[in-house]
Amino acid sequence: MGRRTVLFDLHRALGARIVDFGGWDMPLQYGSQIVEHHAVRRAAGVFDVSHMCVIDLTGGRARELLERILANDVGKLKAPGQMLYGCMLNESAGIIDDLVVGFIADSRFRIVVNAGTRDKDLGWIRRHARGFGVAVIERTDLAILAIQGPEARAKTAALLSGADADAALALRPFHGSEIGGWFVSRTGYTGEDGFEVIVPAVDAERIWREVSALGVLPCGLGARDTLRLEAGMNLYGSDMDETTHPFESGLGWTVAMQPAGRRFIGRDALESGGALHPPRRLVGLVLEERGVLRSHQRVIVPGIGEGAITSGSFAPTLERSIALARVPALTGDTVQVEIRGKLLGARVVKPPFVRLGKPLVQ
Amino acid sequence: MSKIPTDLNYTRAHEWLRTLAHGIVEFGITDHAQHALGDLVFIELPEVGRKLEAGGACAVVESVKSASDVYSPISGEVVECNGALLDAPETVNQDAYGAGWLMRVRLDPRAGAPADLMSAADYEKFLETEGE
Repeated sequence: MGRRTVLFDLHRALGARIVDFGGWDMPLQYGSQIVEHHAVRRAAGVFDVSHMCVIDLTGGRARELLERILANDVGKLKAPGQMLYGCMLNESAGIIDDLVVGFIADSRFRIVVNAGTRDKDLGWIRRHARGFGVAVIERTDLAILAIQGPEARAKTAALLSGADADAALALRPFHGSEIGGWFVSRTGYTGEDGFEVIVPAVDAERIWREVSALGVLPCGLGARDTLRLEAGMNLYGSDMDETTHPFESGLGWTVAMQPAGRRFIGRDALESGGALHPPRRLVGLVLEERGVLRSHQRVIVPGIGEGAITSGSFAPTLERSIALARVPALTGDTVQVEIRGKLLGARVVKPPFVRLGKPLVQ
Repeated sequence: MSKIPTDLNYTRAHEWLRTLAHGIVEFGITDHAQHALGDLVFIELPEVGRKLEAGGACAVVESVKSASDVYSPISGEVVECNGALLDAPETVNQDAYGAGWLMRVRLDPRAGAPADLMSAADYEKFLETEGE
């Protein structure tokens, strides 16, 4: 038996198929994974993502700690409410995890890290926090619901009282703040508009039921994966890990090399190891023939070399198969993918594949 | 509960078989199997004329999440494949025992009768022991 979120019994009662995800027993799907996917692209869906780990960093030097352990620059967060996506790197610039950080107050930041890396991340952060006198608080008393889709913000706001609803609806993209006892952020992992709400665990079931009653469809991790892949978002452990660095993982944009004086962990390795101009890069693929791209399939780039798919699936919005793949930097517009001994043609594209309900590739 | 028509035979690999005329058998995957796989998005079928060995991989069914081999329940020669599934794999989810058939095979007379087939009642018990 794996770890369970506070909503586990509810998922079972709703008929969810339960699978292991990073050591957690989580809902894969409640009914049809494709129906759940389309609900998020066209209306709204709700996901239990309480397996992810909320960590509060408190203390006068919390910002300094984050400047040290994040490859993105927390200095970009000028006002409370702003949020930032970035990677924690090890000394060799391998990616320990990707995370989101929110600026709540001068001495209080909140980060959300992946489920499968929870213990490793906590250990790493605590080790570095000591020197800054920062308290690292794992918030196991909270649950996280992701409510995503074009109707998600209005449906979520309907659960809040007048002033709180106004405050939530006023949040700009990638902003979040404490509203009516929740932490509401306009963030997500689907390529759609929506909120992620961090709520007291004891209230999670009531909130889930209320938002479901408004027509927001329960969605499992299966739909979450096809939605994030269409949105061109990396999955930790598949598209990047400690053996890859951000510049070969499509995440160079999250590494702040300026200001030059900010000595974040991993910076030396990036500067000295030629990582800024890596021999491999992460690209999007669209399969031109029938079939389904899957992780670990071999990618052949004629005349140049080989690579591998890191995430692949059928894309319900596009009704064809897409993938993220790590390929030689000189890869051109087309590649071949080996599927069960056959070579099939695929087109190289720049992710995302879908954004706000609209296909961006043919 | 899965649907289990009483006029078919079943295998432990969750396939169903229907005997047609002239030693020809039609087979597909069961309702239990399609439900366990989830939404099917791609199906790869063998060439007509291919010789199948009982227990050998003969087709691939892919759901959104994963690819699974289908193992031939019988030895014989493929005489027809359900080409409509190439454009509409979801047919197997919707009608596993009818329009969702996978292929028709002429039994190899030297191979004898297929072994280890179950009746609908036995397959139902088998599903219970598997902990459906």
